[in-house]
Amino acid sequence: MNIVQPRILTDRIGTARTTFVIPRNRQGWRYWKDAIASQGMGISTFAACLLIVVIAGALLDRAWPILSVESPKALVTSETWHPIKGQFGFWPFIASSLYVTLIAMALAVPAALFSAMYLAEYTRLRGLIKPLVDLLASIPSVVYGLWGVLFVVPLVRDHIGPASNDTLGQIIPFFATNNPTGYGLLAAGFVLAIMVFPFVMSVTEEVFHSVPQEMREASLALGATHWETTKAVVLRKSLPGVIAAVVLGFSRAFGETLAVLMVVGNVVQVPGSLFDAAYPLPALIANNYGEMMSIPLYDSALMTAALMLLIVVLTFNIGARLVLVRLNPETAA
Amino acid sequence: MTIRTATHLSIRNLDVWYGGQHALKDINADIPRHQITTIVGPSGCGKTTLLKSLNRLSELNTQVNVSGQVLLDGIDIYDPAVDVTEVRTRIGLLAQKPCPLPMSIYDNIAYGPRIHGQKNGKMDDVVRTHLQDVELWDEVKHRLKAPATGLSVGQQQRLCLARALAVRPEVLLCDESTSALDPISARAVERLLDRLKENYTVVMVTHDLAQARRLADYVLFIWLGEVVEQGPARHVFNQPREPRTRAYLAGEIG
Ligand SMILES: Nc1ncnc2c1ncn2[C@@H]1O[C@H](COP(=O)(O)OP(=O)(O)OP(=O)(O)O)[C@@H](O)[C@H]1O
Ligand SMILES: [Mg+2]
Repeated sequence: MNIVQPRILTDRIGTARTTFVIPRNRQGWRYWKDAIASQGMGISTFAACLLIVVIAGALLDRAWPILSVESPKALVTSETWHPIKGQFGFWPFIASSLYVTLIAMALAVPAALFSAMYLAEYTRLRGLIKPLVDLLASIPSVVYGLWGVLFVVPLVRDHIGPASNDTLGQIIPFFATNNPTGYGLLAAGFVLAIMVFPFVMSVTEEVFHSVPQEMREASLALGATHWETTKAVVLRKSLPGVIAAVVLGFSRAFGETLAVLMVVGNVVQVPGSLFDAAYPLPALIANNYGEMMSIPLYDSALMTAALMLLIVVLTFNIGARLVLVRLNPETAA
Repeated sequence: MTIRTATHLSIRNLDVWYGGQHALKDINADIPRHQITTIVGPSGCGKTTLLKSLNRLSELNTQVNVSGQVLLDGIDIYDPAVDVTEVRTRIGLLAQKPCPLPMSIYDNIAYGPRIHGQKNGKMDDVVRTHLQDVELWDEVKHRLKAPATGLSVGQQQRLCLARALAVRPEVLLCDESTSALDPISARAVERLLDRLKENYTVVMVTHDLAQARRLADYVLFIWLGEVVEQGPARHVFNQPREPRTRAYLAGEIG
C-alpha cells in the first residue's frame, strides 16, 4: 500500500498550500529492509514449526517396525517388558512418568502460585527476589539430581517413608512403603518439584506483574480489599497466562530426564505406592539407548517411547490452548 | 452520629509529592454537600492527583508522599485508625481512563455490591437500574454476559460510572468522565450527575469549560499545583478575581 504523505509546499508568493505527493515506487534500501525483515521472520517461524513435523516423522519412521506388528493400544496398556522375548509393554513406564509428573506438579504449582502472588502483589522486594528465582531456574538438572541423591533420598528413606508408613499407610496402601532405599516416586517427584517451581513461579509472576495498575485501582476504588482485588482482578486477568505457565511446567517435568533417573530407582514396575521405585519414559530412553541394540525391535521400542513423550506433551499443549480459547476468546489466538 | 454541615469534604493543608516533585501545594478547600464541585485547570496542574488524594488511591504509588488532612464529615481519612476500604467505599472514584474489570458487563456492575455483602437475589435489578441510569442498558442488555473489554471507550466510561454508583458512595469523584463521549451521551451523563446531586456530593474534573458552566455549583481553579481561586460557580465564572483565572477562562492559558 502506498502511503500518501501531505507536504507543505510554499509557492513564490510565500503562502503555504497542501498537496499530496504519492511516492512513485517502493524501491530503495528502506523497502528492501522491510521486505527482508518480514520474509526473514516468516521463514524462521515456519522453519520452527516444520521442525516438530520433521522430528515426529523421523521418530515415527524408526518406531514403525514395532507399531506395524503390535497395536498401539496393546503397547500402551501391556505391563510386561521383556525385550528378549519380544514383549514390549509400556504401561510401567507411562504410569511412572505420569505419577512422577503429577506428584511434582501437585507440590510445585500451589507453592509457585502463592509465592508469585506474594512477590507481585504483596512485597516491594521483587527486585531482590526475582533474580534469585530466575537463578534457581537456570541451575543444571544434574546438580538438582546430585542434591536429590545426597539430601532428598536419605530424607525420604529415614524420615518421610517410615512416618507415612506408620500413619496414613496403615489406612491407604498408597502411603505405605516396602522400599527401604528411598529411591522412588516421592524422591523423584520432590526433586522435580524443586526444579519446576522456580520456572512456573517466574512465569506466573511475570503474568501477575503485567496486569495494569489501573485495573487494581479500579477495584480498590470500589472499596475492595487487597485480597479481593488480587483474587477477582489480578488472578482472573492472569488465568490464561497461569494456565500456560502450568502447561510449560508440566512439559518440562514430563520430559525431565537426568535429575529424575538419578533418584527414581529405575525399576520396571507399575508403582503401587508413593515410595516405590519407578522407571519413567525419558529414563528408559536415556539408560538404554545404544545398548543391547542387537535385540530385535529394541531400537524401535525406544523410538516408540520417544514418540509417546512427544505425543503426550503435544496433546497437553494443544489441550491447554483449547481451554484458553474457551476461557477468553479475545486473548487466545 | 456525624453532624451534617454544609461542608461534606474539607481539605486542610494538603501537600502531595511525587518523589521530589511538589505536585500539590498547601491545598485548602471545602467541598459543599450535595452539590457539584468542578476542578478546572490546565493539563498537568494536579487535578488527577488531587482527586486521588481524596480517597487515598494516591498512596498506592510508592513514590507518593501526602501530608495534611482530608476530613469527611470531620473525620480525617488519613488517620491511621481509619479503615481505607471504608474510605474508598464512601468516596468513590471514576478514573480518567475507563478501566473495565476482567469480567462480564454484568459482573462489572455486580462486583462492588457483592463485595459489600449484597446477595445475588436482587442483583439483576441492581445491574439493570444502574445501567439504565447511565443510559447504557439498551446498548448492552443483550450481551450482559459478554466481556466488558469488548465495549467502546465511551461505553466503558458509562459502565465505570454505573459500577461506581452501584456501590452507593456518598461522594463521587469523576475524572473527566465525559471526555470520550459523543455530545448526546455526554449530555446524558451530565443530566445524571445533575440528578445525582440530590443524594451525592460530586467532585468532577473537566477540561470542558462549557460543561463546567452548565453543571458546577462550586469551582476550584488549580494552576501548577496551587488553588488559585475557588468559590461559587457564578462568581468564579462571571467575576473572576485572579488575572490567571481570567486568562484561563478566556482560553489564553492551558
Ligand atoms: N505517577 C506519577 N509519577 C510522577 N509524577 C507524576 C505522576 N502522576 C502525575 N505526576 C505529575 O504530577 C503533576 C500533576 O499530574 P496530574 O495527573 O495530577 O495532572 P492533571 O491536572 O490531572 O493533568 P491532565 O489534565 O492532563 O489529566 C504532573 O506534573 C505530572 O507529571
Ligand atoms: Mg488528569
